[in-house]
Amino acid sequence: MTLRTRYLRDRTIEVALVLLTLLVVVPLFIIILYVIMNGFSALNFSFFTEELGSPARAMQGRPTGLMHSIIGTIVIDLVALVMAVPFGIATGIMMSEYQEHPFAPVARLMTSTLNGMPAVLMGLLAYALVVKNTGGFSALAGSVALAFVMVPIIARTTESVLRVTPWNLREAGLSLGLPRWKVTTALVLPAARAGVVTGILIAFARAAGEAAPLLLTSFGNNYLSFNLTQPMDTLPQRLYSLAISPYKQWHAMGWGGAIILLLFVMVTFFVGRLVIRKLEKESHA
Amino acid sequence: MSTLERSTEQKQAEWYANPAGGRSEQPAGPPEPLENAAAQVPVRMSAEGLTVRYGVSTFGIRDVTMALYDRKVTALIGPSGCGKSTFLRALNRMHDLGRDIEVTGDAFLDGESIYAPGVDPVVVRRRVGMVFQKPTPFPTKSIYENVCAGLRLVGMRKRSLLDEAVEKALTSAALWDEVKDRLRSPGGSLSGGQQQRLCIARALAVEPEVLLMDEPTSSLDPNATMRIEQLITQLKRQVTIVIVTHNMQQARRVSDYTAFFYLGEMVEQADTHELFTAPKESRTQEYLHGTFS
Repeated sequence: MTLRTRYLRDRTIEVALVLLTLLVVVPLFIIILYVIMNGFSALNFSFFTEELGSPARAMQGRPTGLMHSIIGTIVIDLVALVMAVPFGIATGIMMSEYQEHPFAPVARLMTSTLNGMPAVLMGLLAYALVVKNTGGFSALAGSVALAFVMVPIIARTTESVLRVTPWNLREAGLSLGLPRWKVTTALVLPAARAGVVTGILIAFARAAGEAAPLLLTSFGNNYLSFNLTQPMDTLPQRLYSLAISPYKQWHAMGWGGAIILLLFVMVTFFVGRLVIRKLEKESHA
Repeated sequence: MSTLERSTEQKQAEWYANPAGGRSEQPAGPPEPLENAAAQVPVRMSAEGLTVRYGVSTFGIRDVTMALYDRKVTALIGPSGCGKSTFLRALNRMHDLGRDIEVTGDAFLDGESIYAPGVDPVVVRRRVGMVFQKPTPFPTKSIYENVCAGLRLVGMRKRSLLDEAVEKALTSAALWDEVKDRLRSPGGSLSGGQQQRLCIARALAVEPEVLLMDEPTSSLDPNATMRIEQLITQLKRQVTIVIVTHNMQQARRVSDYTAFFYLGEMVEQADTHELFTAPKESRTQEYLHGTFS
């Protein structure tokens, strides 16, 4: 092979990579642009300060907004995160650090299955577990459904970052006479914390965009509520309801809500990235 | 710059010419046979028919029987893959976590089996510490935290005791003077040689009776190597040391006894001087003369 053909081959692969990346980025960019074009007009002051209320408000031009959905999203997602993180990390530890345990392969199979399961099934599960047993739709049921979405993602990423943590770190800890659980919690987990946080963020962002698990659980609410035992509104599920509503004004508000949801996820990742960078700096310094 | 280099080289030359402790302490005259030496020096650890299998049929080591003498340095030499490290790791039950690794035979610490049912490997490892080939400071912890990790993680909380233990361990590892003003900086900020001494300090902090060293200088430059070797000759006053090394000169410099491993078997163990000058086994002879490697 001559130097020239090598050079050409190198260039060809580079161009192919750029083209394929563009094919991914461009549609995403179009989606964002389309959402902004359609929804920007709906974003005004009352959008952030008012509840939705009845359709009449929008029809008659009275102030209306999605303040309650924004707050509800934050509440339900955070509660879900609090529920999912301990289970997810524990399962990840089981799959990575206790591989010889008979439960580890079971956990791996279950997390893979859960990961590929349609999110609406998580909603059905939470419906059967929580809604049926408590006698009604509630924010808590929504959080449980979203936690089901988060757990396998957190478990999987925790497992993979723990697995790439150098084995000699564990041996160094064990050789000091530390019990295995101490080595895991005090040495391995802190060394992998940037990766674990990344997994938590990905899970959070993924769950924040899910509407399907919430339809049968947190149900939705046209008004602001902080009561976890009552129906609560969320942006993704509100977008769905606004989109299928017969009111033109509500369609526009749905696009506006989509912008907020996009921003919500982007801000989550941005803040997360700052945290991760700080953690990485600490562990590598 | 050149003065510094020369002084380093000089120090090194002096050290290589006369490694403190080790050789000069040896009695003059013909080396004593191991049996006699064993009669005088108490045995700290021993292995009897120790066998480690990887999977069903691959042997890491096969039927190794040998003694490790109290507060002496025993070097394990032999070609790559001969089972030196496998043997070393069997001495503090490091194989416990490996999958498909089976350890048979027995090893004893102060006459008590470490593989007997009911023996907690954590307790064994507390008494038999280990230093690895690559320095492994805990990445998220400071120098101070690294050294007291073993103590703190099992519940020693009292500040004054920890301070004391850290200073003592770092002094023993000949690192105190270099780091005493920056105990709070991360362990990873030290040079490779310093990191390795930090790992030695960390192992010493829990006051082990035996220290296993798995090629502790193979990733270090000659100067750092020299410092670790000096350290080993000092440390043997407190602890029994077993060191795996590929460097036969190093084995000669630091050890009192040497064992030659080949193809998973312990071929010959003898007083270091004797093994290197008058090996009994032909395989040892051939290895030392470079007939095979």
